[in-house]
Formats: sequence, C-alpha cells, structure tokens
Amino acid sequence: MYTEKVMDHFMNPRNVGEIPDADGVGEVGNPKCGDIMKMFIKVENDRIMDAKFLTFGCAAAIATSSMATELIKGKTLEEALEVTNKTVAEALDGLPPVKMHCSVLAEEALRAAINDYRRRKGLVTGDVAPNKIEVPDCKPDK
Amino acid sequence: MDNAATTSLKPEVLEAMMPYLTGKYGNASTLYLEGREAREAVEQARERTARALGAEPEEIYFTSGGTEADNWAIKGVAFARREKGNHIITSQIEHHAVLHPCEYLEKHGFRVTYLPVDSDGLVDPGDVSRAIEQDTVLVSIMFANNEIGTIEPVAEIARICREKGVLFHTDAVQAVGHVPVNVEKLGVDLLSLSAHKFHGPKGIGALYVRKGVRLDPFIHGGGQERNRRAGTENVAGIVGLGAAIELASSSLEERAARIAALRDKLIGGVLEKVPDVRLNGHRTMRLPGNAHFCFRFIEGESLLLNLDVKGVSASSGSACTSGSLEPSHVLLALGLPHEMAAGSLRLTLGDDNTQEDVDYVLEILPETVNKLRMMSPLYAARRG
Repeated sequence: MYTEKVMDHFMNPRNVGEIPDADGVGEVGNPKCGDIMKMFIKVENDRIMDAKFLTFGCAAAIATSSMATELIKGKTLEEALEVTNKTVAEALDGLPPVKMHCSVLAEEALRAAINDYRRRKGLVTGDVAPNKIEVPDCKPDK
Repeated sequence: MDNAATTSLKPEVLEAMMPYLTGKYGNASTLYLEGREAREAVEQARERTARALGAEPEEIYFTSGGTEADNWAIKGVAFARREKGNHIITSQIEHHAVLHPCEYLEKHGFRVTYLPVDSDGLVDPGDVSRAIEQDTVLVSIMFANNEIGTIEPVAEIARICREKGVLFHTDAVQAVGHVPVNVEKLGVDLLSLSAHKFHGPKGIGALYVRKGVRLDPFIHGGGQERNRRAGTENVAGIVGLGAAIELASSSLEERAARIAALRDKLIGGVLEKVPDVRLNGHRTMRLPGNAHFCFRFIEGESLLLNLDVKGVSASSGSACTSGSLEPSHVLLALGLPHEMAAGSLRLTLGDDNTQEDVDYVLEILPETVNKLRMMSPLYAARRG
C-alpha cells in the first residue's frame, strides 16, 4: 500500500530527534487521532539551517515528517511556507487516500514551528499564532 | 505469527478436497451418481463436524464462513422470536460479525445491551443475569476474543440463559480446533465456527443449531440444508471443513499444550525484555496461541511494518491498519486510553510455529520497539 519512497523514509527516517536550542518548535495532533508530530527548526538570517522531528504515529506519519524536514532544510521561511501537504505527499510518490491526513499534519507542524519562531522574535503575538495546534477531529481528509 | 487471521491449509485437508474440485463435481441436490457421491461427502463431513462438537449431525448447518454463521444466528433468532420480545444482550468486545448485525437490528426496532468487560476482557456472568429482561430473546457472547485471546465463562453464561429461558449463541470462531468445544457440556443453543481458522479452507463455516431452536432462514432460495440455508452446497469446502475439524480434534490436547508453551515463552520474554508494556487479555484464561501487547509511546502500524520488513507477520488492532482512525473497540472496552490502545501488537502462534520463531521475535522486538520510541514525542516527554 505504501510507495518505495514512503517505506524508505519510514524505515530510515531523516532528521529524527530534538534540537535543544531550537528557534522554533511546533507540535500538532492529539493521541485520539493516533498521530502527534513535533517539529524543531533552527533559523539563521531567515533561513532554516536545520530541522528535526519526533513523531508518534503510523508509517505515513513518520515518512511525511521525515520528508517535510528534508524539504524545508536550506529554505527561507517564505519558501518553507509554500511547502504544502500536497508537496510532501508528491515528494513521497503519493500516499494512500486514508493517509492523506498525515501529510496535513506534517504541513501544520511545519507552520506551527515557523509561527513559534516568529512569535519568539516578536513578529506576531502569541495569541494569534500558537505553536501547539490541537487537531479537533480525526477526519482522514482536510 | 498471525494464525488468528488465518491458518495454512493442511495437505491432508487439500487431499480430501481434491476429488470434489476435479472429477467428483456433482451437485449434492441431484439424484444421479455424481450427485449422490457429493451428497454422501457432505453428510460425512456433517457427521465429522457434529462428532467434533458433541452435537447431532442434523444440528450442523454449513455456511459461507463465520461471519455468515454469526449473522444468521443473531438476525435469524431475532426475527423468529420477535413476537416474544425485542431485546438482545451481547458484549462490547464481540467481533464485528456480531456487533454490526446487532447495530443493524437496532435500526429495525430491537434493543441491544452491550455488556462491559473487566480489564482482562472477561464478561461477568452476573451482568448477563441482571441484564436479562422479560423481552430478552437472545444472548450472544463470544467463546474467545479474536484480539486479546481471553476465553469467556461461556458454560456459566449458558447455564444462566437456560435457567431464564433465553437462547444463547456463542461465536466460537477463534476457539474451535484450538480448545475443547463441546456443545452439550457448554449448554449453548447456537455456535458459529469457521474452517480456515483451523487449517481448513476459506469460504466455509458452520452454525450449530440445537434441536428445537427456531430461527428464520438468512439466505433464501432453494431447499438446501433442510430448507434453512439456501444455495448449492460448497461440496469441496464442506469436505475440507470436515477433514480439518477431525484432524484438529484428534490431536487437540498435545497441539494446544505445545503452542501454549511457546506462547508463555513469548509473553514471558516480551514482559522481561521490553519496559512499558502491557499484556492484554487474561493471563491464564486465554487461547493457547494468543499473545497481545500494548507498547506505550508507539503506534501499532509502525511496529508491525517494521516487523514485516524483518520477516515477522503480525497484526495490530490499531487505528491505522484498518484505514479507520478509531483504535480497537476491544482495547477501549478494557479501559485503555487511546494512545495506549494505538500501540497494540497481536502475535498468534499455530502449528507451523517453532521455538526458533519465538526466539527470533524476542531478539528483534525489543530493538524495534526502542527504535520507534526514540522517534516518539510521547517517549521524549516522559524521559523529560
């Protein structure tokens, strides 16, 4: 059911772990949905120098986290914000329809991490951009 | 190690079936030689099945499998006894082949009580007794649970039902061929079984219906199975069921003892080698082949795909496997929180498994669990 790329990123995930002195941290999902993603970014001159993740979830959740961190490394924040769930899914040669919500989570984790960075820098207020997004329901597709 | 999902077809069973897939292709309802040969084979299989269950041959009805047998028992009794009442009692941990027919009946004016279970998955017979009302027409409690392997106190529940004059059905799909199942000793009125769970072919099962129990037909059509289950008999399948159940019953105790020893080694090894793990299901009142765990901080599908890559076939009742995002209804009924229920792994041993298989799982499972935990934000949060 999974493509070779998904299996590769699932079995050998890139960028696993935490960044202790991260400039932005985003956490999305809830245990009721079965998926929780936490993304860490290190930013220099508006550019993402490093990205890492921790994920509790199925193979698709782990593979999309891995691919999302790969895609944003080296990008400016503006460029990184253009990475959508579709970009991540396509980079993995596709996901089964019931697993598309995993790529949505990856996109949201990335946005939450960037928002957290901007909030810390005083670019936006904390109320507007929380770095923790509770995904309220478990519908497979956005 | 997924023998609860299905088992291999035994060569002896295939051999018994072969003539009816080739030369002896007669329709058992016809009167000429080929038909008579098929009829004879069907009736012989019925006798073998009856003998294995301690039943009379005329109490055995062949179906397309366990799911049809469950559907038939529940809807058949419900509709046949509608005049008497519209209340059915079952448990929260039944297979969907029982739960979904019950939910269907609720849409048609029936009332269903779904009894809770304790943290080991046991139904309390006292709960059954208290739930029976004037208008209760059927109680259906599974013999053994397909996920966690817990064996229910079926004989005691059957006795309560009989005292109160309520019919009792048990879904014994996971039990037949693995533990002794005798309908007389148990005192059940209806019992479902499926051949491919005990080294028979897929697509064939049976419903035991005690003499005198009325139930509506489920498949309407021709007069097969004494006018109770229409459709040309699956002769080869029926012969396969008969051969498989005879084979399974003949060596039941030695096989069960060997497999239970492997299971205990597996369970003991996992509990010893992996921290933060829960054994699901009753420690002793469980199927000989069943080992079922929840590993905290990780998710079941990731675990079983990792094991698959290493050559171990397992199952997870977890969310992602089935495509639905709801964790197993069985694990939630035990009272486990969602994130714990998500990290489930079922390993079910059978005749084909060896000591080496168990050793291999015990070697690779701890490192696989650890690999996934190192990726888990829940584990990181706990470590602080």
